[in-house]
Amino acid sequence: MFRYILRRLLQMVLTFFGATFIVYALMFANQDDPVQALAGDRPITDSQRQILTERYHLDEPFLQQYRYYMEGLLTGDFGTSLTGRRISDMMADAWPVTIKLALLAIVIAATVAITAGVVSGIRRAGTFDNVTLVLTLVILCLPIVVLAPLARLVFGVQLGWFPPTAGRDASWWALLLPAIVLGSLVVATQLRVTRSAVAENLRADYVRTARAKGLSGRRVIGVHVLRNSLIPVVTLVGVDIGNLMSGAIVTEGVFNIPGVGFNLFRGITTEDGPLVVGFVSILVIVFLVVNLVVDLLYAALDPRIRYA
Amino acid sequence: MLGKRPWKMAAGAAAIALLAAGCTGGGSDDSEDSADSVVIGIVEPQHLVPSNTTETAGSQVLASLYYPLVTFDAKKQPVETAAESITSDDNKVWTVKLKPGFTFHNGEPVTADNYIDAWNYGAYAPNGQGGSYFYSRIDGFVDLQAKDPDGEEGPQKAPAPKAKTLTGLKKVDDTTFTVTLSAPFAGWKAVMGYNSFYPLPKAAFSAPGVLAEGFEDAPVGNGPFKMKGKWEHDSEIKVERYADFKGTAPKVNGITWKIYQDQQAQYADLVAGNVDVQTQIPLESLASASGDLGDRLQRSPNSSFQFVGFPTFLKEFQNRDVRRAISMAIDREEMTKQIFLDSETPATSFVSPVVTGYRPNSCGEFCVHDPAKAKQLYTKAGGPSEIRITYNTDGPHKAWVDAMCNQLKAALGVNCIGVGEPKFSDMLTKVKAREPVGLIRLAWVMDYPLMESYLGPLYSTTGSSNYYGYSSTAFDNLLAQGSAARTPQEAIKKWQQAEDILADDMPVIPLRFGQNVYGFSDRVANVSVDLFRKVDIYKIELVAGK
Repeated sequence: MFRYILRRLLQMVLTFFGATFIVYALMFANQDDPVQALAGDRPITDSQRQILTERYHLDEPFLQQYRYYMEGLLTGDFGTSLTGRRISDMMADAWPVTIKLALLAIVIAATVAITAGVVSGIRRAGTFDNVTLVLTLVILCLPIVVLAPLARLVFGVQLGWFPPTAGRDASWWALLLPAIVLGSLVVATQLRVTRSAVAENLRADYVRTARAKGLSGRRVIGVHVLRNSLIPVVTLVGVDIGNLMSGAIVTEGVFNIPGVGFNLFRGITTEDGPLVVGFVSILVIVFLVVNLVVDLLYAALDPRIRYA
Repeated sequence: MLGKRPWKMAAGAAAIALLAAGCTGGGSDDSEDSADSVVIGIVEPQHLVPSNTTETAGSQVLASLYYPLVTFDAKKQPVETAAESITSDDNKVWTVKLKPGFTFHNGEPVTADNYIDAWNYGAYAPNGQGGSYFYSRIDGFVDLQAKDPDGEEGPQKAPAPKAKTLTGLKKVDDTTFTVTLSAPFAGWKAVMGYNSFYPLPKAAFSAPGVLAEGFEDAPVGNGPFKMKGKWEHDSEIKVERYADFKGTAPKVNGITWKIYQDQQAQYADLVAGNVDVQTQIPLESLASASGDLGDRLQRSPNSSFQFVGFPTFLKEFQNRDVRRAISMAIDREEMTKQIFLDSETPATSFVSPVVTGYRPNSCGEFCVHDPAKAKQLYTKAGGPSEIRITYNTDGPHKAWVDAMCNQLKAALGVNCIGVGEPKFSDMLTKVKAREPVGLIRLAWVMDYPLMESYLGPLYSTTGSSNYYGYSSTAFDNLLAQGSAARTPQEAIKKWQQAEDILADDMPVIPLRFGQNVYGFSDRVANVSVDLFRKVDIYKIELVAGK
């Protein structure tokens, strides 16, 4: 077990450097004129362009720039953004609210999806199953750019149940509406996967055995069926956590949450390489760790799986 | 028992992961917002150092922290505020006398040195300040710049500039200093109203000419409000009233500048009452805004000017009749009505209506919609059978470019394509490479309320935003004569003559002038948004009982 984790951690180091290198290379390829991108439509004086170009090594070749960046990174310095802010400060501002939002969203989504999935898996083709099928299809069809502003307008402005925007130091309450919107992105898939896994496992031999030896229905469903059905769901939830942290650009924009998605968007539009790579490096770590946790959970859910 | 160990492992790993990811509680924040402060929405400023701030949001926040030398009255004439008097006999040497008794928020008295040090810092090229071009008229500015010996691409670094201080700035006594310009300029007093000309306290510098680290996060100014806490990036900037301020007293006790990334999110907060003023209602919300806000939706002119330029290197537009015909084929009225829902107004002049010297319809018959005449002129002049309009897709330009294309197609019988480039800089790169971009979309916001703030940068041969390469010796001469004129009236006369040359040459097609379409909550009154899209922080007040 420990050897397995150790091996995975060593692999992570390689993956981490590979990923940052690729992202840095992509940002470099995308970089056209970051000094002008920062100024927008305004003209830039030659001397200012010259100073900024030198300060951020923008005129140097790719490998040289990457070396400067890695040297900083290995000493724990993420560098500064083109507006002169320390990227480590920006991350300290952005990550907490994004993590809160993503966790809240995933908890809401998983709770709804697993509960409803189990019920509709048991009562296949019943009313509940059909209603959830239609509902999830509707939510799947609504793109987030429609869903998020609509939710803000209806529940935030017209009904006034939730604050329309959250902000950086948002309370859990203010984050609830954005989290529900964000969670609805993944709830449909998770629900369908749970439902089909439950439906399939209900026909499995060990369920028949459990029933035959006289276990209560609750115990058969709750322990034997559910535990085995959770394997594909856990995989999905693990991937979704990472996706929700990196992919919340629209939701964060609509509810005015200056989190990771917003910073990535800002970094890409202003061609700010170090800013994007800094955030992506942390995202890479999040994905890697979550994947490790998911793999360990497999062993917990299914005793047949063992890591040596 | 086989299952037990993996469970623990996974749970432990998950817990560590969460801790490592910094899942801090947070959210234990202020509810003691004083009831007599207002909340105004802005976007995240790029900088809060006066000489480095060139965008509206930063400029707006600085306006609450600093007190300018001059401000502008209803007729857009500069009037002294922090200055007792600003005088000059020859428009070249200007004497600035400061009002006594003013102090910075840290208690330092405001002296002539504070202005001189701040401006020297801003003008010194290695500091890379965005507003440095504002000081370029001051004598000695060129010595503070450095030329890279082998160009930007070359390996050599630029040498240090010859001088660190502007020779044109001289201290007379603690409250008086003189500004010597490299050439006489009648409009200099108005230029000094910009935020690049604010003073900086001694505390701003850790050593002479070196800005103290962290100053930008909590700027110390000489204005009516002082910082309350620090600049909370991407979240908010709070200011509260400075008790020892000697100038015009504002009517509110504090302002929270709330930072929004998304204008529609800000609008939702305005309707819900979480923000008191939004200076620009987004176009998407405009249709419902009058219903949501009633008479709390208002309009005022601002200085923005939208136009398209003809790159001079494109042969097909070199005949001025072609340019005139294209201009006449455009129905500006329809564009502002249908697409901008009257949030912008049709432009038929080359300078904005907000500056003195503006004449309505100075563009004459060539900006009047007349498709029949346009077609006739276009055919006679042999205009191209295909017109391209290049714009940047990160701004809201597609709708009107497409509409303009349709108008050109209908009126001139040509094929017209709107070409989107991802960013403004991508468009500029293509223009510099002399690619067949066709017409290019451009816009301008003035720096100070003078005709020269449009004519100089946009149409003079060396203009900073003259991306299309227009060059007319007669125009340049008249512009220079105007700038050197003895009185503002004489200057305007020359500048108007220069504008007439533009009307004849049509180097650009004026399209629209901007407006502030702003809204406010029922908590506040006397809200006005000025030419620079800033809320007047001295006038805004809270409604009693709300």
